[in-house]
Amino acid sequence: MAALALASSLLAACGGDGGKASLNWYVNPDGVDTFRTYAEECSTDQYDIAVQQLPASATDQRTQLARRLAAEDSSTDLMNLDPVFVAEFANAGWLEEVPEELASKITDGDDYLEGAADTVVWDETVYAIPLWANTQVLWYRKSLAEAAGLDMGNPVTWDQVIEAAAAEGGTVGVQANRYEAYVVWINALMQGAGGAIVTDTEAGREANVELDSEAGQQAAAIIQKLADSEAAQTDLTVSNEGTSLGQMFPEEGPGEFMVNWTFVYANYKGLVGSPGGPADEQEFEDLGWARYPQTVEGETSRPPIGGIDIGVGAFSENADWAMEAAQCITSTEAQVDLAINDGLMPSTNSAYDEVAASGEFPEDLLELYRTSVDEGGPRPKSPFYSQISSAVQSVWHSPTSVDPDSTPEESAEFLTDVLAGRRLL
Amino acid sequence: MSTTVAPDDKREVRKANKVAASDRSKAENNLGMKLVAPAIFLMLLVTAFPMLRALYLSLFDYSLTSPEEREFLGLANYWTALTDPLFWETTLNTVFIMVVTVAFELVIGFAFAMVMHRVIFARGIIRTSILIPYGIITVVSGFAWQFAFSNNNGFVNAWLPFVEDGFNWFGQYGSAMAAIMVSEIWKTTPFMSLLLLAGLAQVSEDMLEAAKVDGATWWQRLWKVILPNMRSAIMVAVLFRALDAYRIFDNIYVMTAGAQGTESISFLTYRQVIEQFQLGIGSALSVLLFISVLIIAFLIVKIFRVDLASARQEG
Repeated sequence: MAALALASSLLAACGGDGGKASLNWYVNPDGVDTFRTYAEECSTDQYDIAVQQLPASATDQRTQLARRLAAEDSSTDLMNLDPVFVAEFANAGWLEEVPEELASKITDGDDYLEGAADTVVWDETVYAIPLWANTQVLWYRKSLAEAAGLDMGNPVTWDQVIEAAAAEGGTVGVQANRYEAYVVWINALMQGAGGAIVTDTEAGREANVELDSEAGQQAAAIIQKLADSEAAQTDLTVSNEGTSLGQMFPEEGPGEFMVNWTFVYANYKGLVGSPGGPADEQEFEDLGWARYPQTVEGETSRPPIGGIDIGVGAFSENADWAMEAAQCITSTEAQVDLAINDGLMPSTNSAYDEVAASGEFPEDLLELYRTSVDEGGPRPKSPFYSQISSAVQSVWHSPTSVDPDSTPEESAEFLTDVLAGRRLL
Repeated sequence: MSTTVAPDDKREVRKANKVAASDRSKAENNLGMKLVAPAIFLMLLVTAFPMLRALYLSLFDYSLTSPEEREFLGLANYWTALTDPLFWETTLNTVFIMVVTVAFELVIGFAFAMVMHRVIFARGIIRTSILIPYGIITVVSGFAWQFAFSNNNGFVNAWLPFVEDGFNWFGQYGSAMAAIMVSEIWKTTPFMSLLLLAGLAQVSEDMLEAAKVDGATWWQRLWKVILPNMRSAIMVAVLFRALDAYRIFDNIYVMTAGAQGTESISFLTYRQVIEQFQLGIGSALSVLLFISVLIIAFLIVKIFRVDLASARQEG
């Protein structure tokens, strides 16, 4: 009898909290507190969501997730994915397909911003749900632009920005270290000239390499112009999203023009009166923003798209629950909270409207973000994206060696060989 | 009666002893084999399996993100690697780093070893402070030196009078390699000095004393007595550090991420397997790396002409 009682009490324990499923949600380190809140709110009687933090850099996040998924890890239920990884992971068979009804809601153009919705589609199938959508804009000192006589009310070109900065002793901040963000810049420059690094990416290794084109040459010309200009920052060849921040409000000098992600506004707002930030509120008011510069005058720019999409692991033992949880953690409320708490901008119009209503951000800045995401240009979607990116980096870096007459041609040949497996990276 | 044993009998006795000893050692060997068998099995499992797996994978065109396109290539990956200029460029870089860092470490490490060996006062503190860099994780020392060489907030530019304040060390090949090698030398010289200290301790004081009495100068004692008697210790130190330097990865990963042509062969392999998920060509590179490590070890042992068995005082 005692044994029976013990057994039944153990069974009861299993049926209670001990038997509740646990869904692991791998998140990137931005906005972790908000993620934890939503992990709790989206947990149900059947499952709890446990937040697991990934490394800071996108490359390391990809590596860690890929190692788990390649080993068919059943405990990887939900994951935050940089948009460029969706195609890779989906093609490898690591992501659960998003159910039809939800998938059409993402792609029908009613609520999701087009740029964000586009990032989750691979081979005409939706593999993830957009959570937030990042984009780059041109940040600048209004006083610098004014002194250079640049009308920021109208679209500006890279040439104008570089010349204006050089004329006034200012600089132009870009990301030109040998890493992913450098490809983001090159990709945006090429798309701004109506081209692309590769097309027909669904053909995998047979994709069309389009680097050796007029767009490629125009992109290279801009990089060369900046590298040769006095507006180039001293650490141009190793510059990243963080290094150029300090040049906006330097101790001496007129500041800079800088292309960078949406976090910049909240960053400087939080740094008023601190080293590296504006000296006071008045100086903070001098921070301006404009659409990503045009590569070719008169041709609309295609700002880079980033952000995070939520995917469900293909080997998850609780894929249905994970999909349900993914919908909950990408809800409008969650997106609004991420925007207000962490400056991570939404992927849907409805969430944007609510963020605008909160009054936390200048309206014109929000509108700029929204149009930048909607009209932005994604990086190539390919299961070989990582190779494409590294191949481009290896030829186009250092920016001081870029030459419009040779770099596009050389990199096109190299990338073609790399994709065909004839060259090492 | 004579107790002398006839020569034939002597041989018999020796033979009997030999047989007895042989039986005993056979039994000991057997027992020894049985005792180490589980360890050997485990070692094979954890070392031989990945090696054989790498060898197998190196015969395929295999990308983790495109499993359906997997294709058997035979030895084509090796051909691709060996005919690619990048492979030779990174190999040359690695050899360059290996030769320069080991040379510097040998000289500085020997000086440190002499200090540690001869120091009379504050021996513990001096030895500890010399050894501290080796206790620091390579990635951490890589970051520390990256900050030191940074043209934004580093101190190296300010300390070197012949370098401009805004000089970007990581902006070009030569200076980037120099920064990487400084970090590597700083980090592993103590290891070299530790191995050389062990060698120094083995040099007989009597011999040094005798040389002194014979009128040998300090320089002569160093070249004629100390160094020849440390040959095996130097060989071990150079071998260990050379193989270690040939695998250089962390400092490059942290300081330049391979930019400006500073990639090593390990970095190239890492990039193929971990970053690109190209398991086929990546495995081929790791096999080539393994073979080159064997060649270097063989060459160093040959160059120093040290009989490892006699160094261990066997037979």
